[in-house]
Amino acid sequence: MSGEAIIEVTGLRKRFGPAVALDGMSFTVRPGRVTGFVGPNGAGKSTTMRVVLGLDAADEGTALVGGRPYRSLREPLRHVGALLDAAALQPGRSARGHLLWLAHSQGLGARRVDEVIEQVGLRSVARRKAGGFSLGMRQRLGIAAALLGDPPVFMLDEPVNGLDPEGIIWIRDLLRSLAAQGRAVLVSSHLMSELQGAADHLIVVGRGRVIADTGVADLITAASRGRVTVRTPEPERAMRALARAGAAGTVTEGDELTVSGLPGERIVAVLTAHAVPFSEVMAQRVTLEEAYLELTRDAVEFHAATGREAVR
Amino acid sequence: MTFAYGARSFARLSRAEWTKFRTVRGWVLGMVAAVLVTVGLGLFAASGSHSSCGGPDDVCPAVPIGPDGQAVDDKFFFVHRALNGDGSITVRVTSLTGRIRLPDVTPGVRREVPRVEPWAKAGVIVKDGTRQGAAYAALMVTGRHGVRLQHDFVHDTAGGRSGVSETAPRWLRLVRSGGELTGYESADGRRWAKVGTARPQGLPATVRIGLFAACPGDLTVTQADLGGAIAASRFAQATAVFDHVSLQGEMSGGAWRHDDIGAAKEPDGAIHHPGGVVRTGGTFTVTGVGDIAPRTDGQTIEKTLSGLLAGLIVVVVVAVVFVTAEYRRGLIRTTLLAGPRRGRTLTAKAVVIAAVTFAAGLIAAGVTVPLGAHVLRANGNDILPVGPLTELRVVAGTAALLAVTAVLALALGTVVRRGTVAITGAIALVVLPRVLATTSVLPVEASRWLLRVTPAAGFAIQQSIPAYPQVTAFFSPQAGYYPLSPWAGFAVSCGYAALALALAVLALRRRDA
Repeated sequence: MSGEAIIEVTGLRKRFGPAVALDGMSFTVRPGRVTGFVGPNGAGKSTTMRVVLGLDAADEGTALVGGRPYRSLREPLRHVGALLDAAALQPGRSARGHLLWLAHSQGLGARRVDEVIEQVGLRSVARRKAGGFSLGMRQRLGIAAALLGDPPVFMLDEPVNGLDPEGIIWIRDLLRSLAAQGRAVLVSSHLMSELQGAADHLIVVGRGRVIADTGVADLITAASRGRVTVRTPEPERAMRALARAGAAGTVTEGDELTVSGLPGERIVAVLTAHAVPFSEVMAQRVTLEEAYLELTRDAVEFHAATGREAVR
Repeated sequence: MTFAYGARSFARLSRAEWTKFRTVRGWVLGMVAAVLVTVGLGLFAASGSHSSCGGPDDVCPAVPIGPDGQAVDDKFFFVHRALNGDGSITVRVTSLTGRIRLPDVTPGVRREVPRVEPWAKAGVIVKDGTRQGAAYAALMVTGRHGVRLQHDFVHDTAGGRSGVSETAPRWLRLVRSGGELTGYESADGRRWAKVGTARPQGLPATVRIGLFAACPGDLTVTQADLGGAIAASRFAQATAVFDHVSLQGEMSGGAWRHDDIGAAKEPDGAIHHPGGVVRTGGTFTVTGVGDIAPRTDGQTIEKTLSGLLAGLIVVVVVAVVFVTAEYRRGLIRTTLLAGPRRGRTLTAKAVVIAAVTFAAGLIAAGVTVPLGAHVLRANGNDILPVGPLTELRVVAGTAALLAVTAVLALALGTVVRRGTVAITGAIALVVLPRVLATTSVLPVEASRWLLRVTPAAGFAIQQSIPAYPQVTAFFSPQAGYYPLSPWAGFAVSCGYAALALALAVLALRRRDA
């Protein structure tokens, strides 16, 4: 499965009129892990997915699935399972009817349809018209369609959107189990919190290109590195003393400083040497969400800072 | 990419499109509605169409039927003898004159002028008896179409172009050999030119052989005030003078006899517009009224399909929505994920809508045409009969026309991606020209051009009675006569559908989905 279970995107560029949608988007989605594809709205996530799936044509660059362009795949749903827009359903057609035509297009039969209906838990509503489905049911139907061809690669655009907490847990478990089977799983979201606990690896994009391509743990470490919170009744004096020792600091609350450039032990030593009283010196651990927000706050600045990570 | 894979992939995509179609109840019901509308309106119109001929028992005279099964006009003056086996007849025609009645200026006062109808005809004929509709072969001079050899009503072979006058008489010879009749013409009775050979159906050993004269009514076509045209036919007769009449072969039954074949009787028993013969020595002067030709006025089987346009509009709506609904919902992306070869995917869709529509059309026309014709006949209407192959062509052709129109509509829907725009466009391309051309709103020639150059040309496939060039009649679109032959017209519609589909494939390939 591993040879087929890979998405390779190289140097994609695309403009919609004057707007640059993709500006040299490059990344590789590897098998055996859930890769989160995050970035603010308009960062180029959906466009990239559409290009990979042969729906949109890029002006430049290549996008390969298992080493081949999507449009050249035979029975493509057996190679890639995709969920782009859960609302894309004919309202008058039943869930089963929807899956059945998809199955027939790939040479699959009704039995496989019933299997995936079972797998996503839609059996009781399989013969109901999809027009009456809630967003959560539509998401499940979309996942069922992606599962239909038992593909080595999954690409899901905002699959958690609209799911209830139970559904979110269900989809996380499903994605992790698909990855554990050695498949490549790419999941996009504009909210990092949705991917927390599900993604092992992150591709962070902004303004049509990759800002960071990194493991979840590395990202948090990188974002937290060297930041220390200092609580002191005399923040002005503390700032002066720490600045002289080569650290940068800002007052975040009345008696709280965020200091970078010095490790915690040196800060304690400097403050003690200058007889600045303090009640707390604590190294910061940012959340994934905070790390992400920091990354995407200014895409260009952090692109350079994390370039090393992207190459690795 | 092998051909076998391509074929298998196409079959799968077609099956998927069929599954798509049948799993949306609205679309299936749409097709059923198209069938019901076509059948219902057709039978409703047929049941409301009554015809009667008056008189004490209100029975219309039977329309004569020719050897090929079609309704015929068979009315002429016949001077004849019996011929057993092979033989021939040779005559010299020294004149062909005629009289035509013009519209009355003073009511009730006939205005007749001497004039020869272009298709006035006189000459020699061999016929299977004197029954109307019996097989025959005739060699004739005509008012303006030269010498012709005609047989069994529909067959017509042209001979020399020259007319007849006392200074330039024309010799005619018709030779029977078994079932074959050969016509010859000559200017001087010595050098003969062969006109052609005819094989009338089932000619018996003993036939009637002799002279005849006939003349179709004079046709005037006037432009109507509000477009369209009005055709009127008035009385006309032809008189031919024959001499040098010579017969060869075994004659039986004695002297010459004469019959006014197909003559209509007045209530008092007198013949309406009688023909006649005057014999002076070896000269025969024969006067005839009527025509020996296939009948072209009367109800046709395709008239039963009056509900088809309504059915067609329903089909157009379903075909357009079959694709535009996918654009509206974004489902087109799912379709293209399953079948990323876009030309193949769209073609599969077109094949499915064509097949579904063809099946629906076959049911609709297959029920309406025979049943509608039955109802019309039961109501006393005469329907011009056609052979089973022609009826099959009308029924299957109607179904095929629906299918082709559905493909055109689907292609339009793919190009413009908007349901209402595509539906309006398809109706404007197919239904509108047909309505304009067949109702009396446009000049006839404009109607004909519409039916040549628009996708409505395909309606010609429904025309069951051909427009015979040798028949004096006003073959207008309003009367159901199309400017193109059935298959040529159908080919025009197919061309439009193919072009639209090609453009749709191009657009689909070039666009981001």
